[in-house]
Amino acid sequence: MLILAMIAATLRVSTPVLLAALGGIASERSGVVNIGLEGMMLLGAFGAAAGTLATGSPYIGLACGAGAGLLLAAVHAFLCINLSANQVVAGMGINLLAYGLTPVLCKILYEVTSSTPAVPLESRLQNAPLYLAWAMTVLAWCVLRFTKAGLWLAASGESPEALETAGIRVSRVRWISVLVSGALAGLGGAALSICLSSSFSRGITAGRGFIALAALIAGSWKPIPTAVACLVFGFTEALQMRLQGVVLWGDKPVPVQFIQILPYVIAILLLAGLGKKSAPPEALGKS
Amino acid sequence: MSHPRSNWLMLATSVAALVTGLLLGLCIAWIAGENPVRVGGILFKGAFGSSYDFGMTLFYATPLILTGLAVAVAAHAGLFNVGAEGQLTLGCLAAAAAGTIPLPPLVAPLVAGAAAFGAGAVWGFVPGYLKSRRGAHEVITTILLNFIASAMASYTVLHWLQNPDSQNPESAPILPQFRIPLFPWADGAPAGWAIVLAVMTALCCWFALRRTNAGYEVRAVGGNPEASRLAGISPASIHLKVMTVSGGIAGLVALAEVLGNAGKYRVGFSADYGFTGIAVALLARNNPLAVIPAAFAFAALHKGATELDIETEHITRELAAVLQGVIILAASAPGLWHWFARRHVSDPVVAKEGNTAC
Repeated sequence: MLILAMIAATLRVSTPVLLAALGGIASERSGVVNIGLEGMMLLGAFGAAAGTLATGSPYIGLACGAGAGLLLAAVHAFLCINLSANQVVAGMGINLLAYGLTPVLCKILYEVTSSTPAVPLESRLQNAPLYLAWAMTVLAWCVLRFTKAGLWLAASGESPEALETAGIRVSRVRWISVLVSGALAGLGGAALSICLSSSFSRGITAGRGFIALAALIAGSWKPIPTAVACLVFGFTEALQMRLQGVVLWGDKPVPVQFIQILPYVIAILLLAGLGKKSAPPEALGKS
Repeated sequence: MSHPRSNWLMLATSVAALVTGLLLGLCIAWIAGENPVRVGGILFKGAFGSSYDFGMTLFYATPLILTGLAVAVAAHAGLFNVGAEGQLTLGCLAAAAAGTIPLPPLVAPLVAGAAAFGAGAVWGFVPGYLKSRRGAHEVITTILLNFIASAMASYTVLHWLQNPDSQNPESAPILPQFRIPLFPWADGAPAGWAIVLAVMTALCCWFALRRTNAGYEVRAVGGNPEASRLAGISPASIHLKVMTVSGGIAGLVALAEVLGNAGKYRVGFSADYGFTGIAVALLARNNPLAVIPAAFAFAALHKGATELDIETEHITRELAAVLQGVIILAASAPGLWHWFARRHVSDPVVAKEGNTAC
C-alpha cells in the first residue's frame, strides 16, 4: 500500500515539472534558451486560479493558465527572436516580471497580495493534468521523431542556416516553439494551483521552473528521458512530504529543512553528473 | 566601452529602460484605479521626503551596490550569477556567528567581514566548480543553491544560533565592538558607514577589472573564451575564480545588514537584494562605478514602493518588482530602441553591446 501511495504521489507531484520541462524542450530544441519557464509557470498558476474562480470551470482555468504562460512567452519570443536580446537575461526579466506581477494582480482582483481565495473542491481537477502531461510527453516524442514539424524544430536549433536554405523561416519556427513552451509552462503552473493545491499563493512554483530546466538537461533535451528525470524529482518531492516528522535515527525527526532541500540537491547532483555528457542543440542561445 | 559613442548609447539605453519601467508601472497603477500622478508623488516622497526616508533609501542602496557588483563582476567573465541571494544569506549568517566571538575592537569587524566574504565565496565557488569542471549552467545551479542556502540558514539559526531572548527566528545579537556606526543625521534609519565600504568595494572592482592583468584576463574570457584559450588563458579557471569572488562580494551584504543594521541574523531579512542586484547590474551595464547610481535608483524605487501598501488602496509594494522585470527586459534587448526608432537592428555598435552585456 505504501509503495502504491508513493507511486501515485510521485506521478501527481511530477506533473507540473513535466509539463514545464516539455515546454522547455520545445523552446530550447528550436534554439531559444528559456530561463523564464519559472515565471511562465507562476503567471500560469495565477491565471488558472483566477480563471477557475471566475467561471467555476477548471477546464477554462487550465486554458487561462496556458494563455497566461503564452502571453509571457510572446514577450520572450519578441525580445529574443525579433530583437536578438540576450536570451538568458530576458528570461530572468520574465521571471522577475511574473514574480512582481502576480501579487499586484492578486491585490487588484482580490484585495490581498498573498494568495487568491481557495478554489472550491468541486472546481478542482483530480488527475486531468497528469493524463495531459503524459499524453503531451508521448505527443512530443512522436512529433520530434516522425513529423516534418519536428524535423523543422530540431533543424532550427541545430543548423538554422540549413533550414533557412530549405525555404523554412527559422524565426517563424522559433516563435511557434516559444509560444508552445509558454503554454505548456502555464499548464504546469495551472496543475499546481488548481490541482495539487487549492489556490494560487505567492511564489507557489518554488523553483520548479528551474528544476524543469535541470530535468531537460539531464534528459538531453529529449522528451522520454526528460520525463524520467521529472519522475526522479517527483519522487524526492513525494518522499519529502512523507518524511516530514518521521524519526529515522536518534530520537528526533529529520529536520524539516534537510528534507525540503532534497529536490534541489538532487537537481544539482544530476546537473553535475550529467552536465558534460548531455549536449545542447548546436545553435542554442545564438541568434 | 572606451568608444565615446557607445558610452553615450549605453547611458541612453539605461535611462530609457528606467523610464519605460516607471511609465509602465504607473500605467498598471492607473489600470488598477489609482491616480498615476499621485502614485508617482508617493514613490518620490517615500524615497526622499525626510531625512529618515532618505536614510532608508541609502540603507537599501548599500546591499544593492554589493549584489549589483557581484552580478556585474561575474558578467565580465561571461557568467550570469543569479545566486547572490543565497551567497548573501550565508555571508550574513557567517558574520552573525563570528560576531559572538569576543575580539578586540577594530579587529572584530574585520574578522566578521572576512567571515562574510568567505562564506559567500564558498557559495560562489560551488556553482563556479560545477560550471568549469562539470559544465553545469550557472544560472540553474545558483538558483537551486539559493533554496538550499535559505534552508541551511534557517536550520542553523533555529538549532545553533537562536537568540534565547526572542520569539522570532533570529540569531543572538553580535557584540558591540563588531558594530559599524550609523549616520546620526538619518533620524533612526539604519544608514551608516557600511555604504562607504560598499562604494569602496565598487572602486576596487573597477580598478581590478580595468587596471590589472587579472581583470584583463577576466574581460578577455568574457569577451571571447575561444580566443583567450588560444592566448593561454584558461576560461574554466577564470570562471571558477570569478564566481568565487562574486559570491564573496555578495556575502559582504553582512556589513550593511548584520554589522550595520540589525546586529544579528534575522531569517528572511533580505528584500530580494540578490535579485534586485541583477536589475542593478543590467542597468549599470555591468560597469562597477555605474552600479552605485543604479543601486541608488532601485533603492529609491524600493523605499518609495513600501509606502504604496499604506498610501494606496489597489496596488502594493510588489509594483517595484514589476518595474524591475520591465527594466531588465528593456535592458536585455539593446535592439529595442532601434526597433522603436525603425532603424536597422544590426547596427554594429549595438550588436556588440548586446553580446558583451552579460
